[in-house]
Amino acid sequence: MISWAVLAALVLFSAVTYVLGRRKLTAQVAGQAAGQVAGARSHSRPGYHGAYVMLWVAAPAAAVLMLHGAFGPRIESAIVRAEAPPVVQALGDQERAVFHDDAWALAHGHAASETLYAPDVRAALDAEAAQARNLGIAVHLGAVALAVALSIGGFFLAYGRVRPEFRARERVEQWTTAVLVACSVAAVLTTVGIVASLAFESFRFFQAVPPLKFLFGTEWDPQIAMRADQFATSGAFGAVPLFAGTFLIMLIAMAVAAPIGLFSAIYLAEYASRPVRAVVKPLLEVLAGVPTVVYGFFAALTVGPLFRGFFNGLGAELIGGPLNGLGLYLAQVQNQMALVAGAVMGIMLIPFVSSLSDDIINAVPQSLRDGSLAMGATPSETIKKVVMPAALPGIMGALLLAVSRAVGETMIVTMAAGLQAKTTLNPLDTVTTVTVQIVTLLTGDQEFDSPKTLSAFGLGLTLFVITLILNVIALRIVQKYREQYD
Amino acid sequence: MTDAALTPPAPTPADLRVAVAARLKARRARETRFRWYGRLAILTALMFLAVLLGRIVTQGYTTFIDYRMSVPVYVDPARVDASDLAGAGYDLLVADAVLAKLGEKDDEFGSASGKVMELLSTDLGFKLLQKLRADPSLIGKTVTVTGPVRADAALYYKGEIKRSTPQESRKLDDRQIAWLDKLKAQGMVSSGFNTSFLTRSDSTEPEQAGVLGAVVGSAMMLLVTAILAVPIGVLAAVYLEEFSPKNRWTAMIEVNINNLAAVPSIVYGLLGLAVFINWLAVPRSSPLVGGLVLALMALPTVIIATRSALKAVPPSIREAALGVGASKTQTVFHHVLPLAMPGVMTGAILSLAHALGETAPLLMVGMVSFVPGVPAGLTEAATVLPVQVFIWENASERAFHERTAAAIMVLLAFMIVMNLAAIILRRRFERRW
Repeated sequence: MISWAVLAALVLFSAVTYVLGRRKLTAQVAGQAAGQVAGARSHSRPGYHGAYVMLWVAAPAAAVLMLHGAFGPRIESAIVRAEAPPVVQALGDQERAVFHDDAWALAHGHAASETLYAPDVRAALDAEAAQARNLGIAVHLGAVALAVALSIGGFFLAYGRVRPEFRARERVEQWTTAVLVACSVAAVLTTVGIVASLAFESFRFFQAVPPLKFLFGTEWDPQIAMRADQFATSGAFGAVPLFAGTFLIMLIAMAVAAPIGLFSAIYLAEYASRPVRAVVKPLLEVLAGVPTVVYGFFAALTVGPLFRGFFNGLGAELIGGPLNGLGLYLAQVQNQMALVAGAVMGIMLIPFVSSLSDDIINAVPQSLRDGSLAMGATPSETIKKVVMPAALPGIMGALLLAVSRAVGETMIVTMAAGLQAKTTLNPLDTVTTVTVQIVTLLTGDQEFDSPKTLSAFGLGLTLFVITLILNVIALRIVQKYREQYD
Repeated sequence: MTDAALTPPAPTPADLRVAVAARLKARRARETRFRWYGRLAILTALMFLAVLLGRIVTQGYTTFIDYRMSVPVYVDPARVDASDLAGAGYDLLVADAVLAKLGEKDDEFGSASGKVMELLSTDLGFKLLQKLRADPSLIGKTVTVTGPVRADAALYYKGEIKRSTPQESRKLDDRQIAWLDKLKAQGMVSSGFNTSFLTRSDSTEPEQAGVLGAVVGSAMMLLVTAILAVPIGVLAAVYLEEFSPKNRWTAMIEVNINNLAAVPSIVYGLLGLAVFINWLAVPRSSPLVGGLVLALMALPTVIIATRSALKAVPPSIREAALGVGASKTQTVFHHVLPLAMPGVMTGAILSLAHALGETAPLLMVGMVSFVPGVPAGLTEAATVLPVQVFIWENASERAFHERTAAAIMVLLAFMIVMNLAAIILRRRFERRW
């Protein structure tokens, strides 16, 4: 890490050079004006000259420091690892990883793990920690020295150019545009990062588990021995039960959210008076702003026990009657049924569906409504026969976006749905979803290279592709529809 | 003319009127019903909101009441050695003092003092040790320590554990409940506003657990997010809206940003795990890595909000600036962006508020660990409010459930403040053209 002092010094130095650049220009202009004819002017205002000098001083140095901050630790650890003594090379992969982590921790003043090392390894550990510390200092000093050299060099380069006829504003504006472009590229880089990281880790997973077996396998049981001496089954990575669970919960959520959200949107757009809208819309926005972890808490501790109590009570009534079997089943329904997670997720999606549909219904031209009403149709007939058909594609798009949200939603299902991978359409059964499994696989201490951990990336890639397809279709429909009436 | 018998007789105007009236009645009934569907839908949604918030408040408000006990403890020199202060059993010392107050004698197995210790927080013994450390001359004197009662005892005082429940199925037995009643009657137990919930960090003991560490962690993480996402997002939006040529590339970037805004948040967590932690070696569970992940997540929403704010600035402003000789860059940064600023800030605050409530991606970058203190820096292990909620919700002790709800109340309070700030900004500064 670059210390704050270095950054502060850089900021201070660039501020000083800004003033210097400004001064030089003002002095030159004043000198020219005094020395010769009136009307001596510079192309750019003094501030641009100052900014030009400052940019040359600060930007390359800041880039070096940032690169060091991001990649420095990685370079250091690569060098240290490559030079490890034979005692360490002789260790197994696992032990060696722990060894390097501990050396790293010792070098940076953190607590090491409580592993007991053999004396010779322990000595190597201390040696490596010392080496890493020295190397860290060396790399750090190197980066700072390079930054200092660059900013001083930049200063002389830019300061020499400051002259009244120098087009400083154009140069500064070029810099500005470059920064703007770089910022927009950041958004693209995010996508590239997502795709690359998911694809890379999934590729490693698919080397262990064939993709077809993953996508169409019907058994999910990712138990794999963490160490060679542990006993465990070899694990099964068939994701169909997870897709089925995700689908079931999504269906339940949409069954709650679609009608309530749509009817709310219709009422708000077509019937509600101004004051009603002014109150109801913000309240629905509150519902949309509640963090999903809160919905999860609500599902796990309120809705779950409530539903379970209801079904268990109903089951107790039915036992001994003609529906004895159903009663026995209902009496032992668990908290973590798909219905609970689905219903709460539906509540979460209501404001999402209603605000999107509201926009879309409002975008239907008033002339269509006026025409229908003028023919003698009632408002509800107008809505059902004229407004809705016109808004339908847009609403389908909105619902697809909601489906995509439901598929990718994590916290509610993590807290309220179960872990048993089952392929079922019974809403009272416990199911698990793709997102729940990703969370379960990646929380807690896990070796990063086992197929068990890597399978989370396989699931993540699948999730990303599914939601991406849904989003692309939905956004295209919504956009196309908007253009039609704009 | 034979067909005439088959065709029905032409309806008389009176018949028509009756039929139309009947149909009109049905149509109007349908209309009323339809309106009621809409009203019911809205009422249902609002009812869900009321139940959700109501449940959290009713489950959580009791956390803000705590029960403290003040115990005068005689520090017996026979039991506390001045040269080895940490070696003495302070919990037992306090428990014996309470037993003496109750007028009970301990048996040889220490069963009574053990039962008393189940009622007292270990905080009492710890406070006694701290007092002795500060002033060893207190050994041999009577020292009064004040600290919370154990979570189960507090639950009894709050009425959550009831005397009517059979002894086997509650945490406290009859004897302990009798003691608690007696202690309260003696005035040793007082109740008040629970400040320690707001001034302490996570703990394995519910009565000592607080949200301070999580609040500080959230603030640090949000700072990282804001520093990265707001400038980058705003500048990217300025480029796309004001400078970019309209070609295939910029169209692709636009589609890309819209899609990024709809990518599930957990995918950002996977990205953070693979890129920031495994590749760039950013420390796990630090506010830095959490902030980085949330910044990537907030970026598209900031861009979208900024673009719509820039779109709302009328072209006449740009034309006027260009007309008096400003360059394109000057037009944008001196005129258009300042006018769009209220909208930009509103959008930025709203996306930061959203980031504040985000949990799933943070689980991926290791923020689920138990962190008992306030994080000291951006690269130290930290926890944040929504993750604290998730951790406490998983805890088995019942006393953590009320704390979960209380932590949610704190989280919602912060979100309400941020949203209010956004609304005020919008009301005060937004201009309609």
